Amino acid sequence: MSVLAVIEHDRGTIASASLGVLTAARNLASQIGTTLEAVTVGANADALSSVAAQYGATAVHQAHHAALTDFGPEAWGEAVAQVVKKISPQVVIGTGTERGHEVVAQVAARLDLPASMNCTEFDSSFTGDQPLKVVRARWGGSLLEQAEVDAPIKLVTLANHTVEAVESPTSATNTVHDVELNDSVMHSFVKDRVERVAGVTLATAPVVVSGGRGVGSAEAFAPLEELAGLLGGVVGCSRAVTNNGWRNHTDQVGQTGTRIAPDIYIACGISGAIQHWVGAMASKNILAINTDKEANIVTKAGYAVIGDLHKIVPAISEEIRRRRG
Amino acid sequence: MNILVCVKRVPAPGARINITEDGQAVDTAFLGFTVSPHEECAVEQAVQLVEKHGGEVTVLTLGPAEAEEQLRTAVSVGAAKAVLVPITESDWDPQRTAQAIASVITDLENANGKFDLVLFGNESADSCGYQVGIRVALKLGRPMVNGAKGLDIEGSVAKVRRESDAGQEIYMLPMPSAVGVKEGINLPRYPTMKGRLASKKVDVTRTESTGSVGGLKMIQLQRPPERVSNTQILGTGPEAASAVVDLLEELGVFK
Repeated sequence: MSVLAVIEHDRGTIASASLGVLTAARNLASQIGTTLEAVTVGANADALSSVAAQYGATAVHQAHHAALTDFGPEAWGEAVAQVVKKISPQVVIGTGTERGHEVVAQVAARLDLPASMNCTEFDSSFTGDQPLKVVRARWGGSLLEQAEVDAPIKLVTLANHTVEAVESPTSATNTVHDVELNDSVMHSFVKDRVERVAGVTLATAPVVVSGGRGVGSAEAFAPLEELAGLLGGVVGCSRAVTNNGWRNHTDQVGQTGTRIAPDIYIACGISGAIQHWVGAMASKNILAINTDKEANIVTKAGYAVIGDLHKIVPAISEEIRRRRG
Repeated sequence: MNILVCVKRVPAPGARINITEDGQAVDTAFLGFTVSPHEECAVEQAVQLVEKHGGEVTVLTLGPAEAEEQLRTAVSVGAAKAVLVPITESDWDPQRTAQAIASVITDLENANGKFDLVLFGNESADSCGYQVGIRVALKLGRPMVNGAKGLDIEGSVAKVRRESDAGQEIYMLPMPSAVGVKEGINLPRYPTMKGRLASKKVDVTRTESTGSVGGLKMIQLQRPPERVSNTQILGTGPEAASAVVDLLEELGVFK
């Protein structure tokens, strides 16, 4: 009996989302009076046992197999499924990331168990024996669902950024599990990687200057590029812009694009439809520039300038240059 | 090259998603419906692959009778065949959905041969379950990767590219295989006149299927706490530039 945290890592480097998962799993374990345990996949992640212990894990299960040198959704899912089967935890919590969802879904499929992804809350009266009530994010977080996971082992992922990582140091015992992987899981491994050129990305930029339908054309993004450049930021856009072919999908902020959390999000000519808003709502500050003072984005933003972005954006760049001298 | 694409009919919300009084569903009284965005791209990708390598695209959905509309949309942009697995409830849980879809695919393949590729969206726009495709692929015994931002065919192998924090990952899946597609892999085309005509003429095959109810139960929907913002209007027009730069300074983003 335990709550099991599935540690996400990339060739031994822990994913930050795993720390929130460890924290949430520890809270749930203490609520139901059991222990926090963790599972790592591949010998290259053995060193992460000390990180898990730092967050309160008293036992770390290390799934080993010669093939587990890089990420592979099916092999990882099978490896975790075998550990889960062996130790029968009450709850298994994975990261709410691309890899986390994928691995937990693989575990669920392999054990024919239900799985609830992107949970934001767990029932505070859960004692471990009854179905687990959760709140989970739908529509990229613009709608919530109260759901019940009814199974002997409850599989869930934790929506990213919902639980702040808090340490609670202890010491952990390590157990190596030599898992058996057959050929069927050997195909979906990372076979090659193309490393990104270092630089500011949409997901990490401190400033994002974003344009929507109101920008009007691909060429009209030039002043937004200029402003972003002056502020050390990058340019983003809404789905309407991508659909019009004005910018690449890599610049799209939203439910089906990139989730961002910059210090300031400058939204130019964007109405703020749900699809877009859920990608931008984690921004620390939002400045909307829009002709319509009733636009959804204006009512939700902390700051707004009403008017034509084609005149306002260049004026802001001009003012920045003037002050810099 | 025969490709099956599984799609889902979802509401197309604008600025706000309202829920019905009993909290059991999205209030769609004033909403249109669409194919979930990732799946729209999966259809486009399948059509492009068939244009390049030959073969045909079949599109399948499990949903209400009205989901025929989304199947016809897929035909209007290049799918050749359409299969509807009708359900009377508004939605099935992921385990039940996967079981029903896998069994229909098995029947289709027994009749017409294996699909080289079975494509899904990375996750549905509405329920965001992230699992139906993975469950179906396992039942069919196909290798499966989700999150594809690139998909090409090299001989008998599907080459999948996906993005990670560090860059791009490449997966090589021997076919038959299954892939979950993400928006951004392509820019879906608009229907042509010929496509629209084809979509009206196509016979939608209706295939009943069942699945046992799974362990994830929706109790009810709720709206997240509304973000209340006393928006501070910094000004109107270009004259507001100075106030904006003051704000940027105050927030420490302009140095």
